[in-house]
Amino acid sequence: MANLSIIDKLKKTKILDLLQEGKRIDGRALNEPRPLVIDTGVIPHANGSARARLGDTEIVAGVKVQPDRPFPDMGEKGIFICTAEILPLAHPSAETGPPQPDVIELARVVDRGIRESGMIDLSQFVLEKDKSVIGLFADSVVTDHDGNLFDTCSYATVAAIITSKIPKWEMKDDSPVLVEGQESDAPITTIPISVTMGLIGDFIIVDPNLDEWECLDARITITTNSDGNIVALQKGGNDGFSFDQLVKCADTSIAVGKEIREIIKQATGANK
Amino acid sequence: MGGREANVVLLDENGIRSDGRKVNETRKITIKAGVLKNASGSAYIEFGGNKILAGVFGPRDVHPKHMSNPDTGILRVRYHMEPFSVGERKKPAPSRREIEISKVITEALRPAVMLEKFPRTALDVYLEVLQADGGTRCAALDAASVAIADAGIPMRDLVCACAAGKAADTIILDVNNEEDQAGQADMPIGYMPSLGKITLLQLDGVLTTDEYKKCIELGLEGCKQVYEIQKNALREKYFSDGDNN
Repeated sequence: MANLSIIDKLKKTKILDLLQEGKRIDGRALNEPRPLVIDTGVIPHANGSARARLGDTEIVAGVKVQPDRPFPDMGEKGIFICTAEILPLAHPSAETGPPQPDVIELARVVDRGIRESGMIDLSQFVLEKDKSVIGLFADSVVTDHDGNLFDTCSYATVAAIITSKIPKWEMKDDSPVLVEGQESDAPITTIPISVTMGLIGDFIIVDPNLDEWECLDARITITTNSDGNIVALQKGGNDGFSFDQLVKCADTSIAVGKEIREIIKQATGANK
Repeated sequence: MGGREANVVLLDENGIRSDGRKVNETRKITIKAGVLKNASGSAYIEFGGNKILAGVFGPRDVHPKHMSNPDTGILRVRYHMEPFSVGERKKPAPSRREIEISKVITEALRPAVMLEKFPRTALDVYLEVLQADGGTRCAALDAASVAIADAGIPMRDLVCACAAGKAADTIILDVNNEEDQAGQADMPIGYMPSLGKITLLQLDGVLTTDEYKKCIELGLEGCKQVYEIQKNALREKYFSDGDNN
């Protein structure tokens, strides 16, 4: 966002001019997300998987479930770990190598939304207290980048978790042994949905595409649970929001989140 | 976070918190500006048990060169915790958490600093957490603002920060370490009072929309208290005894 090229500056002028007339560069309403398509079970080798397409942004998430040692002081809970990566084929600017701060932020924001909502009942993942627990690892990869990775990644990961089948392990001689052919549904308590909004000038737009994303003044990601409560927030970008704007963003995130949650429920068969 | 079992009473029947504070009271905050000799600007903050040093260097040449911007100076912030700053030794290399916090603090400070006056330069802000006691990102941001002002960089406003949160079903100001671990929500807020802009906002934990509003409002009250302490720290350095140090 800091290093705008001449083209980007022209684009920003165009985007702002359109917003003055209440229009967006791709014809959407200001509070309208792009069409979301979720396919589940796309990676049979994973315990759960999903491909989310939000407009032209595409992310594949896969869940692996395996026994692990619990975190210290967290011996009565299973492990949940969430990662994200932008693949080099996703965008010309994407690079291989150690993760950049924006990718670390992406993974941590998605993780926070899911973790803080208590989506997965991790207390059901204990094999032997303080010794052995089940770990749920949700890894996602960006395969095509057209802006708003936060939400796309969150939807793909949530859908992959909902459709996960948890294998059964039993403790024998202090080590977990897989019980073949016994799988259960993932213990889901709520469906967290993140909604990212961008600030351009005085306008707030839902689900910015890449053209919009590159000229945002600031952004905020608000994650809500199935009860319509707010479970996580992340402000980003080089400007700030007023209190009134934040109140409006919260209402928008709940309203838009509700629609998105229905799409994810339909795609995954979730009943929460 | 997430309602972990509490062994401590976070709020007693008289509305007093585990460390003796009222629900709308911050911990003791002291800030001193200009504590480092070599830095262009610096500050030291004690925010409850948090002890944080901030040092600012620049505007100076950008290395690597390709990062420089012909239109504006760039802001680089490193938030770092010392291995001895927490209960169990922390590995010295920057963790993913520290990288994320560095990014959100950069973005919280950026609107305040008039870097467009210094094209092709970098302003480096180093934030070293010597001791951590919950709410380090807010305290570090408070110190960073004072250090940048101390460096004489033009600013639109100071950025002040304070967290609000929820523990024992009550909205509280300035969440301490205990309340962060056993409480229900933690919402760090960064604010530019003169411009009415919230430049840092995060949340861990569950809030209704009413609680969300209350939490922001209470957090902003805390920010305004910090703002006065920040201004006093600068006044003390530059106007206290008449000599220009």
